[in-house]
Amino acid sequence: MNGDEAVRCEGLGFVYPDGTRALQAIDLRIEAGTRVAVIGQNGSGKSTLVRQFNGLLRPTEGEVWVQGRPAGRRHVAELAREVGLAFQNPDRQIFAGRVRTEVAFGPHNLGLAGPALAAAVDSAMAAVGLAAAADTNPYDLGFSRRKLLALASVIAMATPILVLDEPTTGQDARGIARMREVIDTLFGQGRTVIAISHDMAFVADTFERVIVMGAGRVLLDGTPAEVFAEKAWPTLRSTYLEPPLAARVGARLGVGSTPTEAALIEALDGAR
Amino acid sequence: MSLRLTDVGYRYAGTTVPVLTGVSLEVRRGQVVGLVGPNDAGKSTLCLVAAGLAPGSIGGSLEGSVLLDGRETRELRPHEAAQRCGILFQNPATQLSGTAPTVYEEIAFGPRNLGLSVAEIVGRVDGAVATLGIRGLVERDPHRLSGGESQLVALASVMAMRPAVLVLDEPTSQLDPAGTALVGRALARLATETSVAILIVEHKTDLLNGLADDIVVLDGGRVVAAGGASSLLAGDVLPAHGVRRPAAVSIRRALEAAGLGGRLTGGDGDILAGLAE
Repeated sequence: MNGDEAVRCEGLGFVYPDGTRALQAIDLRIEAGTRVAVIGQNGSGKSTLVRQFNGLLRPTEGEVWVQGRPAGRRHVAELAREVGLAFQNPDRQIFAGRVRTEVAFGPHNLGLAGPALAAAVDSAMAAVGLAAAADTNPYDLGFSRRKLLALASVIAMATPILVLDEPTTGQDARGIARMREVIDTLFGQGRTVIAISHDMAFVADTFERVIVMGAGRVLLDGTPAEVFAEKAWPTLRSTYLEPPLAARVGARLGVGSTPTEAALIEALDGAR
Repeated sequence: MSLRLTDVGYRYAGTTVPVLTGVSLEVRRGQVVGLVGPNDAGKSTLCLVAAGLAPGSIGGSLEGSVLLDGRETRELRPHEAAQRCGILFQNPATQLSGTAPTVYEEIAFGPRNLGLSVAEIVGRVDGAVATLGIRGLVERDPHRLSGGESQLVALASVMAMRPAVLVLDEPTSQLDPAGTALVGRALARLATETSVAILIVEHKTDLLNGLADDIVVLDGGRVVAAGGASSLLAGDVLPAHGVRRPAAVSIRRALEAAGLGGRLTGGDGDILAGLAE
């Protein structure tokens, strides 16, 4: 864990204009090319934190660095080349009349044109499984596919860092599997993926690092095996989270921390 | 019989492709039926049809029979349908009246519009509040609640209309784990303490495990499987139709496939059954 740095927060605090404190004393370093999940109950500061990374919100205390440079005073348009954000509700970002036009909007604004733009758009649509829907009106797609479209629009911008807010909300089993494949593909390309999620099994299966937030602070930070280990459960419960069922079964059977089904089977196999 | 669909087909206005085809299902008094299926299967449309909102309020073309508390929905006027069937959507913010200063007044909004006596309104609000266990919320501002609390208030507002049928369209999809657990517990109380017939659409099959009596699987606008919840949730039909298995089922199957199923039986019985509570 000593690669390039994607995002770093030092003494980061944020207070909304109405006086509500959302973040407090966050010290965090996210390595480039890693998959990181941010979890915690509603109101714990997850969304406020990731919005500091692309300049949608600015720190009221401390500083955020994106790819080694302070983000606090950089223009949103400049940060948009480095950090792409897919909203929880895709309808907050979709506006075009065709899927292809929607996906092309971001990279076109970053200066891509001609064959390079077409290639970026095609590759992003293929990544989320929407290649066949290129000429469809986005609002003829169901919610789950609009969500994949919103993700394709962000992927097409080719930012080194992607932030996904609740990527699995409203997705069926296939949509969740697809989301995991997309994240693995982005990881394979060396991009940094930071995702907010309430789905503990998805988090344990997909990310190598999990940051647990509560009341605007980082409560836990480690691998899924570390943050879902039995000794961390009281802290998880303080932010109203339950470990995945596989972790609870492993603890009950005394085979250590097993956040995923695969880890549980491996641990039981080893103990046989 | 509280809700019975027989050979129902439905097309939205201005479209040629039916969203529902040949759908039959029933939900009896006091019963909870879970409706699952992949995205775009027609689940939300089925909710609108069951509640009489389609075609009643949004048009479209309905075939077959939808009996709501004994009456065909196509013969019901909107307010008659609304008194027989309450419907709850994913986002509770879309159904708050926006006029009430307190949760109590919010829940009273519906019964008040029925022109009931004050004593009857108070009785209904108190009943809904008690059934859902939200006594602690009644003095709060409806716009300053957590997601889970808002959904409970929306549910109480629907319950205060004393519907025979309750249709819930993914009531926990926008909620965090704490909110989901809160709504799950309230629905369990509702199922055991009242005789309302509940049809619930839910991707989180863990929530249906133990709550639903029967499960109906919808795919491509058709019912592809239906039956008792325990056997259907444990079988192979869910993954075949793009639906996630409950975590307890998934783990049991994975361990059995690896020849480790015996480890789940401890001295005090089945470990998964105890943990999945």
